[in-house]
Amino acid sequence: MSLPVILFAVVGAATCASALGVVAARDVVRMAVWLLFTLVGVSLIYFLLGAEFAGAAQLIVYVGGTLVLVVFGVMLTAHGPLRELRTRRTEWFVGGALGVALFTLLAVVSLKLGSPTAGEDPLPGPGPLGMSFLGATDTSPKGAVSGTPTGGVVRTPTAYLLPFEIVSVHLLVVLVGAAYLARAKRKRPQA
Amino acid sequence: MNELGLTPFLLLSAFLFACGVVCVTTKRNAIGVLMGVELILNAANVNLVAFARFNPAFRLEGQVFALLVVVLAAAEAAVALAIILNFYNNHSTVDVDEAKNLRG
Repeated sequence: MSLPVILFAVVGAATCASALGVVAARDVVRMAVWLLFTLVGVSLIYFLLGAEFAGAAQLIVYVGGTLVLVVFGVMLTAHGPLRELRTRRTEWFVGGALGVALFTLLAVVSLKLGSPTAGEDPLPGPGPLGMSFLGATDTSPKGAVSGTPTGGVVRTPTAYLLPFEIVSVHLLVVLVGAAYLARAKRKRPQA
Repeated sequence: MNELGLTPFLLLSAFLFACGVVCVTTKRNAIGVLMGVELILNAANVNLVAFARFNPAFRLEGQVFALLVVVLAAAEAAVALAIILNFYNNHSTVDVDEAKNLRG
């Protein structure tokens, strides 16, 4: 048992447990808290996979942004003291059967896929990825960062700048649209 | 990362995906459904990053796609919450079973 295996066992078990908590919790606030633990666990999985930039982005955007948004939504739509919307028993049964069937299918496919081991060269971590986003690398994103290019396909340094810009403009448009949609224009009738 | 292969990550992702699907299908609160969608997107992201780690041809693209998915999920959550708030303003509930206004 090496350290990564132990770390994966602990983090993966915690992530799965909190995902189950999201499913099982009735209260929306508790669901949000379980979702927080799940997202943090997924970011730790990213760090374990050597994807530091993606893990940091997951922590910043998801845990810092999206989850705060969700919690605001929960608070703004709280109807009385933590009102619960109960699910019927047949819906639980059908949904649970669907989930078990899906998990079985995916697990069978995953086990059949085999388990290749990682290559010997370390992943490009935050450095190459961030540099590629900024277009600051002097080599292709797949080659060595500070060394000489290793042949193969050579890309322009600004390989991921255009998707980055498209995503940022899309985010801006979406936020303006969300603010327009969610503006308080009429008082809701007292139910 | 010597003993740890691709399969454990795929199994974890499958579990997260199944949890998200169950969440989407069983929750009646619209925000709960949104949280299920977030779980599903996270499962897809775990797959992308894991394949980026274990497949040399997919090395950097996996992480880039995962980042794009994270940003698009943030945008989707913003729009979905705006729609939910609007629905709540008009109908005083977040029960998705009550959303029948566009039914013909």
